[in-house]
Amino acid sequence: MFIANIYITLKEGVFDPQGTIIKHSLETLGFKEVSEVRMGKFVRLRLNHQNKEEAKKEVEQICKKVLTNPVIETYRFEIIDSLTF
Amino acid sequence: MRFGIVTFPGSNCDYDCYHAIRDILGEKVDYIWHKEISIKNFDCVILPGGFSYGDYLRTGAIARFSPIMQAVKEYTEKGGLVIGICNGFQILLEAELLPGAMLVNKNLQFLCQTVNLKVENYNTPFTLRCAKERILRIPIAHKEGNYYADEGTWPKLKENNQIVFRYCDEQGEISDEANPNGSLFNIAGICNEKRNVLGMMPHPERASEAILGSEDGRLIFESIREYVKKL
Repeated sequence: MFIANIYITLKEGVFDPQGTIIKHSLETLGFKEVSEVRMGKFVRLRLNHQNKEEAKKEVEQICKKVLTNPVIETYRFEIIDSLTF
Repeated sequence: MRFGIVTFPGSNCDYDCYHAIRDILGEKVDYIWHKEISIKNFDCVILPGGFSYGDYLRTGAIARFSPIMQAVKEYTEKGGLVIGICNGFQILLEAELLPGAMLVNKNLQFLCQTVNLKVENYNTPFTLRCAKERILRIPIAHKEGNYYADEGTWPKLKENNQIVFRYCDEQGEISDEANPNGSLFNIAGICNEKRNVLGMMPHPERASEAILGSEDGRLIFESIREYVKKL
């Protein structure tokens, strides 16, 4: 059994209002070393695949077809062997 | 003529549109449940505003997989008129029936206010009744209306005159101050290349009778009617 951890963020160059506000807030609070913030989404899937390569292919499809909008978002994911979700 | 209004789970402007078409415009109108698989005997299909599927994942992202959307796609390919209002616009973008995508408003707020709109293209089935140089006053109500298109897309929008509405001030001037949500080029509405699919963030059905403060939205529905009757 595998678990897919999927990280979705806005593409480079796409304005991220949430990230911008968080950065301003961090500055105000004194965290001066933070120079950039990007806000994104995290999705975890539990997969019944037996084969890691097949799981990877399917997660790729899921990301492309449903989880992200390729006009504005990009993604990366990791597939791990794990029983805890 | 007959309008069809698609109801998704979470649509909440479907009845407003129904009222505007039946009681104000005086035309026939029916609801189309999102699980329907065909569109028959309709002259124009409206994807109404609301929060289809709770806006989960992204606005319009789940609704685009509703069974009716395949029929909507086929309907547009045959030249059928489709207008997506607010959430309906977001669904059309996710379904790739219109180019681009929506980002969260620049100020992160849900905006509910009347805006001024400049009609940039009068030569569409949706705007042919709009008098030249007339500024439309129609309300918006959204949090994800910050239109975005990448550099491979927006030059084509301009070239093909697909930008239909832009946010402006009372004098019709386009400026950053008149841009409520941060949309690229103040875009409030666009159409496809064939001109038979329109997406707009403002709600014409909420500005179709004097008691609501503006009748400008009715021009959109009257344009559609005039276009259909000329066919």
